[in-house]
Amino acid sequence: MLKVAVTKRWEEFDLQVRFQVPTPGVVALFGRSGCGKSTTVNLVAGLVTPDSGRIELDGQVLEDTDYRISVPAEQRAIGYVFQDSRLFPHFSVAGNLRYGLERAGARAASASIGFEPVVSLLGLGGLLHRRPHQLSGGERQRVSLGRALLSQPRLLLLDEPLASLDVARREEVLPYLEALRDTLSIPMMYVSHQFEEVLRLATHIVVMDAGKVLAQGPVSEVSLMPEMRAVLGADAIGAVLDGVIENTADSRGISGVRIGRGILMVSLRGLAVGTRVRVQLLARDIILAIEPPRGLSVRNALEGKVTEVTADDHDAHLVKVDIGGATVLSRVTADAVAELRLRPGLTVWVLVKAVSTRGHAFPVT
Amino acid sequence: MTDLLQPAELEALRLSLEVAAGSVLLSLPPAVGIAWLLTRGRFPGRPLLDAFVHLPLVLPPVAVGYVLLLLFGQRGPLGRWLHEQFGVQLAFTTAGAALATAVMAFPLMVRAIRLSLEHLDPGLEAAARTLGAGPLDRFCTITLPLMLPGVIAGAVTAFAAGLGEFGAVITFAANVPGQTRTIPLALYTAIQSPGGDAPALRLAVLSFVLGLAGLLLAEWLARRIRRSLGR
Repeated sequence: MLKVAVTKRWEEFDLQVRFQVPTPGVVALFGRSGCGKSTTVNLVAGLVTPDSGRIELDGQVLEDTDYRISVPAEQRAIGYVFQDSRLFPHFSVAGNLRYGLERAGARAASASIGFEPVVSLLGLGGLLHRRPHQLSGGERQRVSLGRALLSQPRLLLLDEPLASLDVARREEVLPYLEALRDTLSIPMMYVSHQFEEVLRLATHIVVMDAGKVLAQGPVSEVSLMPEMRAVLGADAIGAVLDGVIENTADSRGISGVRIGRGILMVSLRGLAVGTRVRVQLLARDIILAIEPPRGLSVRNALEGKVTEVTADDHDAHLVKVDIGGATVLSRVTADAVAELRLRPGLTVWVLVKAVSTRGHAFPVT
Repeated sequence: MTDLLQPAELEALRLSLEVAAGSVLLSLPPAVGIAWLLTRGRFPGRPLLDAFVHLPLVLPPVAVGYVLLLLFGQRGPLGRWLHEQFGVQLAFTTAGAALATAVMAFPLMVRAIRLSLEHLDPGLEAAARTLGAGPLDRFCTITLPLMLPGVIAGAVTAFAAGLGEFGAVITFAANVPGQTRTIPLALYTAIQSPGGDAPALRLAVLSFVLGLAGLLLAEWLARRIRRSLGR
């Protein structure tokens, strides 16, 4: 468990964060630029000292201003992957990778993460003799990731590791991060302002805005919270559902995913039956019907019950529907709410086009 | 070389090299420390220290030599202490000439080292911290190697400048043949003596060649190291 409850004040900026996340797990620290995510990560790393508060990792106190405890960053065993990679220019890739390993002391003796496995996991074999300035941006971030991993961290902090990369390079590095999450059980804290990355990587999310924590919890729960509307905007909110592939019709590019008690047809190919997957259903893509629909091209018509109707803005409402063990979010016009008389307890059919779903493998829960 | 220079001139060359090398060795460690303090330190007297370090650039060298004489002369507080504790005498010796030269070249060295420190990303040191490196470890493995271009450039420039230091040396260490009569002092002596035109010219040309070689070497070394760092 990572417990953080700290304050830090600068001239203009007031940071007051308080959250608890389980370890191991991947927690995303999510929010707009300048909301205090990086400062929070620096506080956890020990690179910034809080004005007041307490930080505790797996029972060890790292910071406690009441008791004047402040473990120096170099003794925290917390790995850090910086946005700008920060490789040492006077060392080769191998030298960079070994820097933390050589200083891990007793933790390296029981080396849970060895040099060779990291090199092969991150595909660094061909780069070992190069200098940092001979690497591409994506390669640099992979080396930085390997360097942090080899210091045998108890927690790995990643501060927007993909932000300095273009879209193609991001797609090159993301699978390595997923592999890391799935093969090593190192707790990770991932800072991002891209919800796409959160969806791909995180089990838990801490949503920040203007130096405060707005919401926290498992990604699927937080995705339904009204606070997400403020951070993501009306077009990007939607339920995040974790499920298991029940059947595939790979030739048609769709798979049936068991979510709660229902089965959702999702455009997904190449994944086997039994694979855990995560699906996001954008609220704006979900249509509600008060009668069982017939003769539609829509692949999904799931029966459910309205649990909540809230005004989103003056002409739209957000409707939560329980589809049996899972909740989806639909954004409909105020006009439709009035005409269909949408209210809690009403039975509705949730219509989702398979092509408008976004799904990907997500083995951990 | 022996055909070109008289024995006295060769001795002046040897002394100049010795004094310049000694001055670099003497001033390098404090210059690294002061440069680090001026770049990274946050303390109240910083502007004052900065100005103090640069004083030899603007003071008459003779004044610097005179202050050294007051401090390190046989009757000066530091000079007496050194003599009583270690039997060391600085005034009118080669070591004294090196000290005077070191003080004069100190600002040049601090400037060069500071420049390279200012270009050093503190983020790299933060990264080293997260990888488990303590303060001394960080300084030795990250900070020092990365400021090496500046340290070497500073050392070579100070060496080249030290070959020609005149005012402070003649005031503090006098003009003793074989002890403190470096190239510039020998040159001055030659100009003052009748029939000294030829040796004076030879010594002037020698100074010119040494200075040029020193500056070229400094530039070449700095470029080489920068390239190895990929900049």
